[in-house]
Amino acid sequence: MVGGLVLLSLVLITVSFRDPTGGAFSGIESAGATILRPFEVAAERVARPFQDVYGYFRGLVHAKSENEKLRSEVNHLRQLALQGESARQENDQLRAALAFVDGPRFPKDYAAVNARIISWASEFDQRVVISAGSGSGVRQDTPVVTRAGLVGRVTALNSGAAQVTLITDESSAVQALDVNTRAVGLVRHGQGQDSLILDRVTKDRRVEVGDTIVTAGTRSSQYPSLFPRGIAIGVVTNVGQSDTAPYKQVLIKPFVDFSSLDAVTALVTHKTSPKAP
Amino acid sequence: MPTDVAKTSVLLFVVVVVQLSIVSSIVILTGRPNLLLVTVVCVALLRGATFGAAAGFCAGLLADTGVFGTLGFTALLLTLAGYWTGRYGETTGRDRAHAPLLSIAVITFLYQVAALILRFMLGQHAPAGHVFATVFPTVALNLVLTLPVYALTRRLLRPREWAPREVRLLG
Repeated sequence: MVGGLVLLSLVLITVSFRDPTGGAFSGIESAGATILRPFEVAAERVARPFQDVYGYFRGLVHAKSENEKLRSEVNHLRQLALQGESARQENDQLRAALAFVDGPRFPKDYAAVNARIISWASEFDQRVVISAGSGSGVRQDTPVVTRAGLVGRVTALNSGAAQVTLITDESSAVQALDVNTRAVGLVRHGQGQDSLILDRVTKDRRVEVGDTIVTAGTRSSQYPSLFPRGIAIGVVTNVGQSDTAPYKQVLIKPFVDFSSLDAVTALVTHKTSPKAP
Repeated sequence: MPTDVAKTSVLLFVVVVVQLSIVSSIVILTGRPNLLLVTVVCVALLRGATFGAAAGFCAGLLADTGVFGTLGFTALLLTLAGYWTGRYGETTGRDRAHAPLLSIAVITFLYQVAALILRFMLGQHAPAGHVFATVFPTVALNLVLTLPVYALTRRLLRPREWAPREVRLLG
């Protein structure tokens, strides 16, 4: 009997590995997820107050120093917001004057589907399961964000739930650009957990510590997922380069605190994305 | 036997839900407790190899479907964990007070290593350095969970009356 169970497990792994999105056992997977979902949501709701209390006391430890830092940041951002608003208006006028043809723009062309995180994958995977699926309009590769910034994209789904692969996962890569210097690169997972690097930035491009990195909104043939342009990813914490490496080594601290994710927003659009010929 | 199956099914279903929605997000000193593994090991110690393997398979399969993971991955690991713990419980580990703690420590370590190897074989992300850095905190957290989980499981599944040991007299 035990041998049979081991053999059955191996068959399941083989079939599931060969066709992760569908296959002969997709019905079993979908049924299991559907059965578990209401219980997971209920358990998460019961645990939420306790997690909030823990988070509250943990936050108090750093509250004072963080408060001073945030006050100075607010003043700086207020000035930037004024400049940005003026630039946005000018940009809209120029786009209208040029009859500029564009793909979906963030956040204007996207509807928000807010969802709760109902389960976490194993420690090896930077993946979570959210409580919204194709029934809510979520599709494969739908971008997922929080108010802080980019979280990841949908990589598997059924009608009531979806798996989100975080940008800190090894398989994730996002075309990104430095807002200040317009240097373009590829954001990928870093060495530690919840750390990112901006890869493929040539040495002739300038990247400074403190620069903000956002999604570039371009489609790479190697990494075909498309994120809308302008979603915040993180801030540059270290820039280095060596004589032998062809690219700069840029470390990024993500804006999203992946260790305390509880709710996210899936960005759903009905506008067709432009595709490379 | 049917009563045991019903009780174990309910217990493991609840544990899978709690593991996926609450416990899997807890990280303490880089360790992540695995309530599901601890429960399967406790069940296997009390009910033997075959029952433990079947319980591990069913619970693992349910857990795999809950996270859109590779179907059969957790099922395989928990089947083996349940079988080996059950064999230990049926033979040298029976009637020994330290059996649950020893089983959890050993099985948690082997589970982490086996998961790493299996992921490597499947061509998935398999960070050996991270696993070996976190395995001991994970073992410690699982040991903390062992006593309450074993006590609860023991209340649900009364320990078997094992067959008396054979003693061969010499001479």
